[in-house]
Amino acid sequence: MKAFTQLHGLVCAMDRANVDTDAIIPKQFLKSIKRSGFGPNLFDEWRYLDHGEPGMDNSQRPLNPDFELNLPRYAGAQILLARDNFGCGSSREHAPWAIEDFGFRALIAPSFADIFFNNCFKNGLLPIVQPAEVVDQLFRETQEAEGYRLHIDLAAQTITTPSGQVFSFDITEHRKACLLNGWDEIGLTLRHADEIRAFEDKRKQEQPWLFA
Amino acid sequence: MSSKTLYDKLWESHIVRQEADGTCLIYIDRHLVHEVTSPQAFEGLKLAGRQLWRKSSIVSTADHNTPTNEWDKGIQDPISRTQVETLDANIREFGALAYYPFKNINQGIVHVIGPEHGATLPGMTVVCGDSHTSTHGAFAALAHGIGTSEVEHVMATQTLVAKKSKAMLVRVDGELGFGVTAKDVALAIIGKIGTAGGTGYAIEFGGSAIRGLSMEGRMTLCNMAIEGGARAGMVAFDEKTAEYLQGREFAPKGEQWDKAVAYWNTLKSDEGAQFDAVVELDASEIAPQVTWGTSPEQVLPVTAVVPNPADQADPVKQASYTRALQYMGLEADTPITDIPVDKVFIGSCTNSRIEDLRAAAKVVKGRKKADNVKLVLIVPGSGLVKRQAEEEGLDKIFIDAGFEWREPGCSMCLAMNADRLEPGERCASTSNRNFEGRQGQGGRTHLVSPEMAAAAAIAGHFVDIRSFA
Ligand code: SF4
Repeated sequence: MKAFTQLHGLVCAMDRANVDTDAIIPKQFLKSIKRSGFGPNLFDEWRYLDHGEPGMDNSQRPLNPDFELNLPRYAGAQILLARDNFGCGSSREHAPWAIEDFGFRALIAPSFADIFFNNCFKNGLLPIVQPAEVVDQLFRETQEAEGYRLHIDLAAQTITTPSGQVFSFDITEHRKACLLNGWDEIGLTLRHADEIRAFEDKRKQEQPWLFA
Repeated sequence: MSSKTLYDKLWESHIVRQEADGTCLIYIDRHLVHEVTSPQAFEGLKLAGRQLWRKSSIVSTADHNTPTNEWDKGIQDPISRTQVETLDANIREFGALAYYPFKNINQGIVHVIGPEHGATLPGMTVVCGDSHTSTHGAFAALAHGIGTSEVEHVMATQTLVAKKSKAMLVRVDGELGFGVTAKDVALAIIGKIGTAGGTGYAIEFGGSAIRGLSMEGRMTLCNMAIEGGARAGMVAFDEKTAEYLQGREFAPKGEQWDKAVAYWNTLKSDEGAQFDAVVELDASEIAPQVTWGTSPEQVLPVTAVVPNPADQADPVKQASYTRALQYMGLEADTPITDIPVDKVFIGSCTNSRIEDLRAAAKVVKGRKKADNVKLVLIVPGSGLVKRQAEEEGLDKIFIDAGFEWREPGCSMCLAMNADRLEPGERCASTSNRNFEGRQGQGGRTHLVSPEMAAAAAIAGHFVDIRSFA
């Protein structure tokens, strides 16, 4: 996993609530057996004017000029500013894969759906929850100033605006350590293999029917 | 000793270790695996040279991509076929407790087959790379969806790294009226708390109306917990749970059964247990529900009219209402019963069990599909459900009415196979999501119960099932 330490990134504001995983990556793209290459189909139904299918040459497809990601001012954005309940719907990790593959490294919203939130951390993406007023302010500032960038410092758990205003955010120690170091979580867990085995043996004694 | 919630008990009994910040390593008893969210996980295992920790925890099937007709022709779409074949190869290489591949007589939707084989048991942790894993909570299990990285993590370590959620009690007391089902209860709850209302919570459904539901009904309800934002939904163990499980393939037998039931009987919230939030509904006030928008929280009683965005004070909500009506091709203030439908889908892990098909057949018997309805798909949740329905003659009732009787699978719940809506088509669907494009690009989905879907197929528009005798 790519480590995440600091980011000074352009912000793309996406002003809609309840953006669901079917919108983030439509199901026809879930048929892939790979982890990469989903970026060109991120928000496919909103981003293009035609219907997308796997295997198409996306560079030839007509773009929806009104859709946020297509606005020239947001080209190269690395921070996605979103509204409530972002990522609701399915557990598909293709959603964070597509967001990451597109080039985003962090997301800021008043709330995220649980499974999506969790999936982000496994892919070097940092989802940040901020109070609604802060998100409102960031939306205003992003929309008013072209080229609006935020500075995110994971170690310090802060977001700094261009005017120097600082907002802090929460993250569990475990997730922070994994992101900062780009650790493979499975490897970390397997360091406790003995404990897992001991737990399992006890369980086998107590509830043998679970191990039939 | 302090009182505990069912969720406390399930959580605490699975903690392998706990870090200072509250992050836990949670042991996983059952891992359900399907073709869409597993290939990258198996690939990750192989690349790292890792093995499955415990292959007997895995139950697997192919469901999302499989066609629901002309099975003899195989899977036409080459990309879908590759995904199903990849699962096949992976399970053959790594092993599993049970595997129901494409065309197997027991193949079906992963959340239907787990319980029907007794592979979902009370007191278990159940995970699957699918958000509707919450379904299995109906058995007093802690069940929730996970992403593909976590699928790989469970495969390699039999554990998950997780933090405990808060606990919410949704209590529904009283008696459900005629024609009101578990699906309507689920939609009414989501209408009340919103699609983010349960975010950060594990929900326990309780109250006399929930105890009155069959296991099928409880599964429908827990299935939709995720649409209310909660990863997990659950219902306490009782005689109905035991009755459902007894004699099923992977359920304990003989002396083991008695021991298990003795333990399972403790799987309920203690008297006086504290919840972080409590939501109450009066069952007698719940009417049959129909969604009108593009989120499950955009739902109303069938007797209502389509809402007017202008009545919404919150500007973000107003904009989302306007957008939803535009996408759905609906005018504000239209009575819901005036909305015609083009297609009807009865199926999905929410409503494709035998009880659902019986309820639909009861409405349909001796009637015919309306002329304006182009297609009615009846897709049983599994091979077992299909055979049972055929034994009872339900297939005949549907076929006589002009409906299509199909092979099991996810089908038009998410339209990854050939079953889908065309742009602009309107569907009465028993599935769980009415998101834009969910059933096909540009398709318009209204979520309802099986009875309401069947009645809409006959009438050609939504009707109040209570006056459709
Ligand atoms: S039936 Fe629908 S919701 Fe259920 S597992 Fe299949 S696609 Fe997902």
